[in-house]
Amino acid sequence: MTDPIDLSAVEATGALRRGDLSVPELFAAYRARAAADDTNAFTWLADGPEQAAPGGTLPGADAVLGGLPIAVKDLFCVEGVPTASCSNLLRGYRPPYTATAIARLQEAGATILGKTNQDEFAMGSSNENSAFGPVRNPWDRERVPGGSSGGSAAAVAAGLAPVAIGTDTGGSVRQPAALCGVVGLKPTYGTVSRYGMIAFASSLDQAGPIARTVADAALLFQRMVAGSGQAGPGSVDQRDATSIGWAGGDEVGLPSAERLDGLRIGVPTELLAEGVEAGVRAAFDAALARAGELGAEIVEIDLPHARHALAAYYVIAPAEASSNLSRFDGVRYGNRVQSPEDGLVDLYTKTRHDGFGPEVKRRIMLGTFALSSGYYDAYYGRAQQVRTKIVEDFRAAHEQVDLIATPTSPTVAWKLGALTDDPVAMYAQDVMTLPFSLAGVPAISIPAGLSEGLPVGLQLAGPAFSEPRILNAAHALEQALGFDGSAPRATVAAAGGDTR
Amino acid sequence: MIDRATVLHVAALARLELHEDEVEPMARELSAVLDHIETIAELDLDGVPPTAHVLAAESRLRPDEPRPSLPRERALDQAPDASDEGFRVPSPQA
Repeated sequence: MTDPIDLSAVEATGALRRGDLSVPELFAAYRARAAADDTNAFTWLADGPEQAAPGGTLPGADAVLGGLPIAVKDLFCVEGVPTASCSNLLRGYRPPYTATAIARLQEAGATILGKTNQDEFAMGSSNENSAFGPVRNPWDRERVPGGSSGGSAAAVAAGLAPVAIGTDTGGSVRQPAALCGVVGLKPTYGTVSRYGMIAFASSLDQAGPIARTVADAALLFQRMVAGSGQAGPGSVDQRDATSIGWAGGDEVGLPSAERLDGLRIGVPTELLAEGVEAGVRAAFDAALARAGELGAEIVEIDLPHARHALAAYYVIAPAEASSNLSRFDGVRYGNRVQSPEDGLVDLYTKTRHDGFGPEVKRRIMLGTFALSSGYYDAYYGRAQQVRTKIVEDFRAAHEQVDLIATPTSPTVAWKLGALTDDPVAMYAQDVMTLPFSLAGVPAISIPAGLSEGLPVGLQLAGPAFSEPRILNAAHALEQALGFDGSAPRATVAAAGGDTR
Repeated sequence: MIDRATVLHVAALARLELHEDEVEPMARELSAVLDHIETIAELDLDGVPPTAHVLAAESRLRPDEPRPSLPRERALDQAPDASDEGFRVPSPQA
């Protein structure tokens, strides 16, 4: 039979159910490839499929995801498994419980292959802010994979895992998926429980799947949606106060659409004027033309406040981060830094100085400033008002169109180190994904083509709970575009990483 | 512009030690980011309500019922310094 790593997640779970493939066999195939990885995608690898499983038992192959190995972004708590959110402050921490989103996937039969590299506390757009070192892009190892879920995207792109789980606060699933030539879905805010995700910005953080195909992303998303096992799929997770569960009318099935007839796709022309590279624009326009051939009607739309999303985001997210990260004080978990004569406050300040990396410190400072007395109204208050205007923009746009399309990232993957000295330029990389994050709406990135030999992502978004529509449209377009994502895996094999 | 005194004030609020050679770069970087953020000051936002949760209009309350919590030994298991009773820290007066 074919090499198991060539199977999509949908195909692999089918092969497992039929008994054509065993759970340990599939796990071992990926485990061997991941162990030979030269992209630094993983921070920890399980020895076998039962190691991180609840009760240490091997799942049966008859469940929906029975025996499918998943790579999990480091910031998800998994009981007994090293979880550091790629921070030195938390290095060595082993949580006493498992995040709801991961527990849901385990209940459906998924096995945990390993934890993936990320920007520290998910703060970054290039995966260069990790205490575990940068991740390299499988398409070109001198380039960044994007961030913050860079390890998850690289693992899927390099064929080290069939699927991975990331989190998206301002684009952290979609942008690395785009830069690595894979699929990434950011669900509607609140549909997937945040319980057990080490928090960055609570009003924006949302877990989502990264996969080779749109159908694989749908397969995972179906099972990630809120709730615990007893409460049933789609229900609210009582342990996450912002969880709203699946309130979409349509059931999330596997996408099957082949055409886009009757679908109106809006293009926010003004937003696209914000520094999109020519090669990215060309690939985006070509993908839109294909959407037109499939029957979609392409129309221009206006999102008048979208250009303020970058500023609003870089107030709101750091403000929430400064509050969330106050829990890392060297008392209950993580690594303490202290001299014998130090008092409690010295313990806090030294632990945080030594434990946090430069970008995390920058955001804590920015957020603390924005929330401090005398500045709150001018920064945080105004940013939350801008957010309201952005939400209204999207609501108005969806009176006219079913979906909104943009390039996912204004550029292709850049060289390692190219933007690390310029925070503002780095933040500007998120310009296409941030408006959707602030509006809380679902959005997917799919590979649209290549520019300079590097992947370009197409972002497709819709109103809240329109995931079934987004997934179907993305699937139809994916089939029509016929993107060949096999290049990075060929590179891995040539580099001697193939352990078949 | 963020000056040295502001950086030190904010760092104290954030319980974050900064070494002497870290103060000036932090002031410069925060100033650069804040310059960029100033664009939201241009907008007329009078009477616009702030967004808390983008979809849920009301906060959900859970029933106030006792339920099992994390056993003490497991809660203390990952602490840098713990006794049998709780987390151990130096005196706040030290």
